[in-house]
Amino acid sequence: MIGTYSLAIIPLLVAFFVTYGAFHKVPVYETFTEGAKEGFEISIRIIPYLIAMMVAVAMFRASGAIDLLALAFEPILEFIGMPADLLPLAITRSLSGSGARGIFAEIATNYGGNAPITKTAAVMLGSSETTFYVLSVYFGAVGVKKFRHAVAAGIVADLAGILVALLVSKLFFY
Amino acid sequence: MMNWIWLFFILSSVIISLFNGKIDEVSNAILSSAQSAVTISLGLVGIMSLWLGLMQIAQKAGLIKLISRFLSPFLKLLFPGIPKNDPVQADIALNVSANALGLGNAATPFGIKAMEGLKRLNPNKQDVASDDMCTFLTINTAGVQLIPVSVIAILTSVGSGNPGEILIPTIITTFSALCIGIIFVKCLIKISPNPGRKK
Repeated sequence: MIGTYSLAIIPLLVAFFVTYGAFHKVPVYETFTEGAKEGFEISIRIIPYLIAMMVAVAMFRASGAIDLLALAFEPILEFIGMPADLLPLAITRSLSGSGARGIFAEIATNYGGNAPITKTAAVMLGSSETTFYVLSVYFGAVGVKKFRHAVAAGIVADLAGILVALLVSKLFFY
Repeated sequence: MMNWIWLFFILSSVIISLFNGKIDEVSNAILSSAQSAVTISLGLVGIMSLWLGLMQIAQKAGLIKLISRFLSPFLKLLFPGIPKNDPVQADIALNVSANALGLGNAATPFGIKAMEGLKRLNPNKQDVASDDMCTFLTINTAGVQLIPVSVIAILTSVGSGNPGEILIPTIITTFSALCIGIIFVKCLIKISPNPGRKK
């Protein structure tokens, strides 16, 4: 059901924009191509920012630093009642979208689709965005190099999300 | 801050991998991730151009203005630096709704349009983020999404009896994180507002 819904919404949206434009006497074809020209330039502009971010994140993941962090955080985990297997996911989801999905798939395969820990992981993953990717794409597109409060706020929101996900999952799944 | 975070990621990875013998993996990661950053960026060209073209139609047709007028009072609270009825409000609204509906592909071009609008209104030097940019990105990094399609897909594939069960907890979580993020960024802005163009 969700599949059909998301399949229908894009064609509908495209049709709506074009119809609305035509209705208001906009030359839709010309206007579309004129606007679309910008797409290439923006994508190119993002590249240096994305390279900087993705290389650093990939190095961090490959070095095993996340396992080390997990070890360091263990006492805190016990305190907040978080299963140790969720920690790599909690750390990775702000850094790498595909990485986080991979870790989630692993948890889901190991524990099965009906285990509370799988559902908790699902909530953790579904409730968040890849903070560092978003920052580098959006700021990169407009050439902003000093991110000011956006980094700290993004991280705090992510941490809050992890804690709330644990709490809510305790209430719903356990 | 980004300078420090970047340095931290790179230095700590090299030091750690020198000790645990994963230095060759780090070496591979450097090369392949630089490559995939380019692949991802170029992969955005098609979808980005498509939505930017449609946005241009919406703008010419007055749809953007209409949405802006409608949402102005509400967005004024979150983004005090945006003048009344400025078209950037519609870009923000479209970005947030596309994200909420799980249309990540459309959300990015809308969001970049919004960033361009915010850049036009930026009271700081051009490479320094404005208060409103920080608030906008806090909303985006919080990732408000009503139906996490890819998560549901994975759950279904491992034989979850009722993957829809995660929807309500996910929505509660994402909105809580969003509110905490916004409150936090607003506090930071209060402590240290737009530096302006001086220095």
